[in-house]
Amino acid sequence: MIPAIAEPQGTPLEAGEIYGRFTGVRKVFGKQEGAMVALSDVDYELRKGELVALLGPSGCGKTTLLRMVAGLTKPSGGSVVIRGREVTEPQDDFGFVFQSPNLLPWRTVLSNVLFPMEIKGRLDAAAKARAIELLEHVGLGKFLRSRPHELSGGMKQRVALCRALIHSPSLILMDEPFGALDELTRMEMHELLLDIRRLTGATVMFVTHSISEAVYLADEVLVFSARPGRVSDRIRIDLPYPREAALRYTAGFREYERRAGAGLGVLHHA
Amino acid sequence: MARPMPISSDAVTRIAYPVLGLLLLLLLWQGYIVLFDVPQAVLPRPLAVWNATLNNLPLLLSEGRVTLLESVYGFLLAFFLGIPIAVAISSSRTLNLMFYPLLIATQALPKVALAPLILVWLGTGIESKLAIAWLVAFFPIVVDTATGLRSTPTEMLDLAASVRASGWQTFWKIRFPAALPFVITGSKVAITLAVIGAVIGEFISSNEGLGNLLLVANSQVNTPLAFAALLALAVLGMVLYAAVAFIDIALKPWFSEVRH
Repeated sequence: MIPAIAEPQGTPLEAGEIYGRFTGVRKVFGKQEGAMVALSDVDYELRKGELVALLGPSGCGKTTLLRMVAGLTKPSGGSVVIRGREVTEPQDDFGFVFQSPNLLPWRTVLSNVLFPMEIKGRLDAAAKARAIELLEHVGLGKFLRSRPHELSGGMKQRVALCRALIHSPSLILMDEPFGALDELTRMEMHELLLDIRRLTGATVMFVTHSISEAVYLADEVLVFSARPGRVSDRIRIDLPYPREAALRYTAGFREYERRAGAGLGVLHHA
Repeated sequence: MARPMPISSDAVTRIAYPVLGLLLLLLLWQGYIVLFDVPQAVLPRPLAVWNATLNNLPLLLSEGRVTLLESVYGFLLAFFLGIPIAVAISSSRTLNLMFYPLLIATQALPKVALAPLILVWLGTGIESKLAIAWLVAFFPIVVDTATGLRSTPTEMLDLAASVRASGWQTFWKIRFPAALPFVITGSKVAITLAVIGAVIGEFISSNEGLGNLLLVANSQVNTPLAFAALLALAVLGMVLYAAVAFIDIALKPWFSEVRH
């Protein structure tokens, strides 16, 4: 079993309490003339333990928002506050899953998963045991000594997921992590992600351009529109967890998809 | 999950065709001499070269050993001096601006032109050969390593940033290993150049090595021996290249993931 995460500072937050607050977050690339507004004025309250999907077409700023939360990109205006502190750089208890698996090809699977611990100087027996536990949990227990090039795309992304989880992050940031996978593998990864979320109680922000993926996974979907990137709709998904694949074919699910599609401008009569 | 190397008809043709090409060349060579009655002093027959090689095998081996050591040491010198320099110019913008143009400028200079000067500075011993071999092998290693260090995939750098790796950690654990394929590419070029450098050194002044043997054989109009020395040089170059290429092949699976 994957142990639940411990809050590193202050009193532990209860699920549903405010975990992060985004106020007037903007991002502009370039200077004055010819400047491109990637994202304008996002206000949002991120609740502890929730899974929020950022859904939108490419160029709508959803990845930019995720990177600003991660501390990888600085906002041009407004602020991203997580647990009462403004984010200006990456935080120790964040985990990031990239669009590509982004594994280090010269390392074994196990040592890729341990990479964050190695950087943090916490490469001990406990870390190793946890890495093996995580890899076993995602079905890669037999591949600890394999190199990334020996794995399939889905397996690589599982390793990347384990790497993001190794230090028990309280916030997991995922940038279209399953976009490159085939449909069946993607559905397996959805179950795995929901399972991990349930076990760890971590808060998750998930960037995607798939309407059904957003609705299936999330507590709340932020729908973005492009040029300039902004939040065009906020959809609360009141479907109970644990969710099962059959849910995708119910009328309620379809209704959420329809509304998200309308927010994206794909459908015109919302 | 190592894949077994298939011994297919493809593998056979890969060996058979080059051998066929070589035989064809030898046939043309022999035919040309017979047809036009070319004297041995101008162009020896393939068989004469082969005999000269066999008869002088101990000599070729001992002279070859000299050239081999000059080449390898020159290469190693270029490798171990080139990499720190590449690291310096790729991590500091100031150093890059100061020295990169200079580096390119030295490359425009034909190294052979420097050889007589180097001889004056370092004498006729092995030092001057090492210096020339180093000089020609140095550039590709520096340039390819610097290029590799500057082309780290941005997602890998994001990964380093996301786990708050220090500059030092990012360098040793990400940028440097990610640059290794480029280092190997540069080394492949450098090792062949190092042999050329060593031979240039021997041409200018030496009493040993395959380059010197070539000059001596030439002056004695012993063309079969000169050709035998050439053959030995070709073998030497190929063996050294193969040694570096072997490292490349061994690491190929993950190299391809960085090179994309």
